[in-house]
Amino acid sequence: MIGILGLQGDYAAHGKMLDALNTPNRVVKKTEQLAEIDGLIFPGGESTTLIKLMDAWDWWQPLTDFAAKKPVFGTCAGMILVAKSVANPPQKSLDLIDIDVERNGYGRQIDSFEDTGAFRPDGQTRAMPMMFIRAPRIARLGEGVEALAECRGDVVMARQGKVLVASFHPELTDDLGVHRYFAEMVGV
Amino acid sequence: MSDNNTNHQTGTLRLKTGLAEMLKGGVIMDVVTAEQAKIAEDAGATSVMALERVPADIRAEGGVSRMSSIEKLREIMEVTSIPVMAKVRIGHFAEAQMLQALGVDYVDESEVLTPADEHYHIDKLAFEVPFVCGCRNLGEALRRIGEGAAMIRTKGEAGSGNIVEAVRHMRTVTDEMRRLTTLRPEQLMAAAKDLGAPYELVQWVAQNGKLPVPNFAAGGVATPADASLMMQLGAEAVFVGSGIFKSGDPAIRAKAIVEATTHYEDPDVLIRVSENLGEAMVGINIDTLDEKDKLQTRGW
Repeated sequence: MIGILGLQGDYAAHGKMLDALNTPNRVVKKTEQLAEIDGLIFPGGESTTLIKLMDAWDWWQPLTDFAAKKPVFGTCAGMILVAKSVANPPQKSLDLIDIDVERNGYGRQIDSFEDTGAFRPDGQTRAMPMMFIRAPRIARLGEGVEALAECRGDVVMARQGKVLVASFHPELTDDLGVHRYFAEMVGV
Repeated sequence: MSDNNTNHQTGTLRLKTGLAEMLKGGVIMDVVTAEQAKIAEDAGATSVMALERVPADIRAEGGVSRMSSIEKLREIMEVTSIPVMAKVRIGHFAEAQMLQALGVDYVDESEVLTPADEHYHIDKLAFEVPFVCGCRNLGEALRRIGEGAAMIRTKGEAGSGNIVEAVRHMRTVTDEMRRLTTLRPEQLMAAAKDLGAPYELVQWVAQNGKLPVPNFAAGGVATPADASLMMQLGAEAVFVGSGIFKSGDPAIRAKAIVEATTHYEDPDVLIRVSENLGEAMVGINIDTLDEKDKLQTRGW
């Protein structure tokens, strides 16, 4: 069972992708529900809002404990939450993967864009449609962090151990590749 | 926008609705000043909506209400890291062009401001910046989507502190969509004629049972319980106008409405966040409101 953090954001869109893969999934709104899932998606949304809600209901330690044992995947705002460090402006994060990110690294909504990127999960490269919406930019990739996709010269998807991140929104396109990859990481 | 790479695109419909997807399950708050914008962001707003005066003041003071001043907009965009929306008058495409050039993230073509055009809404397909528009029923929602709106909200009755009109509009849209899903194909053109809506959009709704763009609630939300009610009626996010900055303690009320919108189906959470909130804004009974004083009747 894959959980999708349902505090705020496009969690329903991730659920639809997992449904299309026949992968069991559920929305997670309470910390105790973490015990019922094998992997967790941090969806797109507003990272500042998510931080306030995580503060209000004491999510930080339970999420840190969960990620120590099980796979997690952060897209866009979700990537910001799991990064080691965040700029523009600086804000706290879970520090689950050794990357630095810059919020709104590609500009405001008027600069949001679609493009075709290169996804290479297993050495083989294939084209993938990608949507970047007020997206964060990966400013630094730590040693031991594997780049899994690029677009316009930037790494836009990366993995370190059980932690997967993407600065784009695979849940808003018809391409199931990224969700299939995460489902395999979780082993469901 | 052109580029060496021909796959590079900006301003597409799915980028416009995509930003609305990111705002789901959250609260968008009306703000007049940068100070209010900061309070909203710190309380957990997903976005702020800039306007010259909040609806309750527009109602009380009268006069023409317009887009925010450029200085105020710049200050609000400077102080917040979340998306900034701003209102323009119905039909005032010059105000919208200025907001797009300024880099505002979403434009609300809003009945809350004094309409600039009594016949025509803005051609929103001509813009790269996304638009949200209000509606009272399905026909109005689909006309705005036909013009290019990437998000729909109920009109409700802004500045009233009374949720009854938002409930009426959300229920009306939902009921009309449900009815379309029961019709046979040969009935859809007649339905489109009755709704005054584009046939292709009527077909889409009949097949999918929902709007083709995100569907949010606005107009009269004043308490955490109001936010919960609208979410349970099918809203995907909530706008709060006068309800926050016309209340006794805006920061605490704003945070409570954010938490209520996340946990809208959990009465225990609603109790916890609703305790010790201070004074809610004083509301207006809709029956006592003259037809000419209703903001929702602006636009068509």
